[in-house]
Amino acid sequence: MLHIVNKSPGERATLASCLAHVRPGHSVLLIEDAVYAATKGHAAAGTVEAALATAKVYVLMPDLEARARAGAVIDGVVPVDYRGFVDLVTQNPRVQSWL
Amino acid sequence: MATIDVNGKSYEVDEEGYLVDLSQWNEELAGEIAKAEKIDMTDSHWEVVNFLREYYNEYQIAPAVRVLTKAIGKKLGPEKGSNTYLYELFPYGPAKQACKIAGLPKPTGCV
Amino acid sequence: MEETGIVKKFLFVNRKAPYGSVYALEGLEVVLISAAFDQDVSLAFLDDGVYQLAKGQNPKAIETKNFSPTYRALEGYDIEKLYVERESLQARGLGEEDLLVDVQVLGAAEMAALMDEMDVMISF
Repeated sequence: MLHIVNKSPGERATLASCLAHVRPGHSVLLIEDAVYAATKGHAAAGTVEAALATAKVYVLMPDLEARARAGAVIDGVVPVDYRGFVDLVTQNPRVQSWL
Repeated sequence: MATIDVNGKSYEVDEEGYLVDLSQWNEELAGEIAKAEKIDMTDSHWEVVNFLREYYNEYQIAPAVRVLTKAIGKKLGPEKGSNTYLYELFPYGPAKQACKIAGLPKPTGCV
Repeated sequence: MEETGIVKKFLFVNRKAPYGSVYALEGLEVVLISAAFDQDVSLAFLDDGVYQLAKGQNPKAIETKNFSPTYRALEGYDIEKLYVERESLQARGLGEEDLLVDVQVLGAAEMAALMDEMDVMISF
């Protein structure tokens, strides 16, 4: 199952809601303002690192580049481009968008 | 916007003939809408129309046909809770025609 | 529907409060429409979505339609599987008795397990 988050963790609790429903083997993709959560030093980075223990976490690089944080990706988070985004959606039988 | 005129009063309806402001509904207006639908209102027709108004009051939606049929069967008896009975009264579809006469919006999911 | 097609398990996930955005109302309308397709439909309410089911809504003064009574019509549409997340209720000072329909209350872990059983999830 793929979870997609697009809200900034500095503004909404969406990422926390999502992570409370991630089960072992699930994938989480951070896009748009949610990409900040995948950067070193962010207050939410700890929750992302904790999630990495049982789940895969991906971050959409075009969104990070646009926001000047492409150089700060947390170790273990997998960077993807738009093609990778599409692959994730097609590889997973279920997708939950945490709007 | 289109209107229906009854006794010198004008009622706004949408492009499909559904009353815009439910609270304006009255029996004369219902009779006029029925006439335009070529339906002679009998007690049986009024029974369904009144049922629909009660349903709307309680749930704030016009029911889908299947739901209406089931609910009418429960309230008014199984012989009335059938498609045949309701289509005899409202040949172009009970939800569509009866809702229009009852002053309700078009049922959600109505095709 | 006359055709007996494949029945899939649908979960509609409601996470938004009712009046601040159009998500809740739109979600409810999609659920009602989905009932025509004879699928296995469940509804989940979590985060601010639990406010959709709060008893006593009265949006008259904000000139908005009160669509909360419509949740009570779902049973007539054979949509009877409503799940509400316990943590979301607790975080908002709500309990099952504050809700306007009968629901099944699940913990977050149970909700996650429920999601894993679904064929299709649609989020609002």
